[in-house]
Amino acid sequence: MIVASPKPIEEVINTVKDCKKLLILGCNECVTVCEAGGKKEVGILASALRMYFAKQGQQILIEERTLERQCDHEYLEEIRDIADTYDAILSLACGVGVQFTAEKYLSTVVLPGVNTCFLGATEERGLWTERCQACGSCVLASTGGICPVSRCAKRVLNGPCGGSTKGKCEISKEVDCAWQLIVDRLTALGKMDEYEQIAPLKDWSTDRAGGPRKVAKEDVQS
Amino acid sequence: MRLEYPANIKVIRVPCTGKVDVIHLLKAIEKGADGAYIVGCMEGECLYTNGNFRAKKRMLQAQKVLDSVGMGGQRVQMYNLSSAEGPKFAAYARDMVEKIHELGPNPMKLAKEGKAA
Repeated sequence: MIVASPKPIEEVINTVKDCKKLLILGCNECVTVCEAGGKKEVGILASALRMYFAKQGQQILIEERTLERQCDHEYLEEIRDIADTYDAILSLACGVGVQFTAEKYLSTVVLPGVNTCFLGATEERGLWTERCQACGSCVLASTGGICPVSRCAKRVLNGPCGGSTKGKCEISKEVDCAWQLIVDRLTALGKMDEYEQIAPLKDWSTDRAGGPRKVAKEDVQS
Repeated sequence: MRLEYPANIKVIRVPCTGKVDVIHLLKAIEKGADGAYIVGCMEGECLYTNGNFRAKKRMLQAQKVLDSVGMGGQRVQMYNLSSAEGPKFAAYARDMVEKIHELGPNPMKLAKEGKAA
């Protein structure tokens, strides 16, 4: 899923301070799971902002809404009738949701309420870690299911590098060396012969190097 | 025991303090309560293992949020006691009222009356 973290309240206050009527728009998908922008977080942020502006003697009407998703037309259409009644929409969705909302409702300012961080997994409640950088050309089949692109600081494809010490990366003793994990996993699977094969140059044109990307599946298109 | 505790406290019962969430504490303050406090079981004595620890974390988070918007995080507190400690319940109630008196009235009440800072 896409992992996000809430923006500091001071930053949010600064971006919405000139509004008279504000909609805080949550998303029921990834940002709900990573507890950054779901219905609960919408409620907490709305309550905090109401208190702040009331204390400042500033009249701002703050309303709350959470959509099933902000990255699909059908759910975003649910606010069609009300979107332009607000000075701004503070979206707690990931960067995709913020942009899609902004593209759909051109006359309303759409602001981000979270920082979108990475594609990751829930290690435990309250702890999310990166697993994928959406490079567009997956190499997991030859690396024991452990991604050197997202989990190696250098994105080394024939590792480890000289900075690997006792299974940890040179950037931090807290960070596992991805290539140590790969070697351990391939050993456990009895597939170390795969490790011996040199990975060819990776086609990075499917990553950000090729500019904004697009996926089209013609058989399902209308 | 016929113990007395301050009459300006409204008791809201929950099945376990683990049910109390950040939004409950914030809403209490947003709606004009001068303070809100959780009274949970002794730490380590929770029937559900960690309900009171969860409540404590949420109370601390509510304090952070309230501080960040200038409302005074100390308006929310948490106390622990066993169900056999009636006198402590009354003492905590008095302690909380004292703390709130020191902090003064909730700014939200003043704002509603048009006396915002």
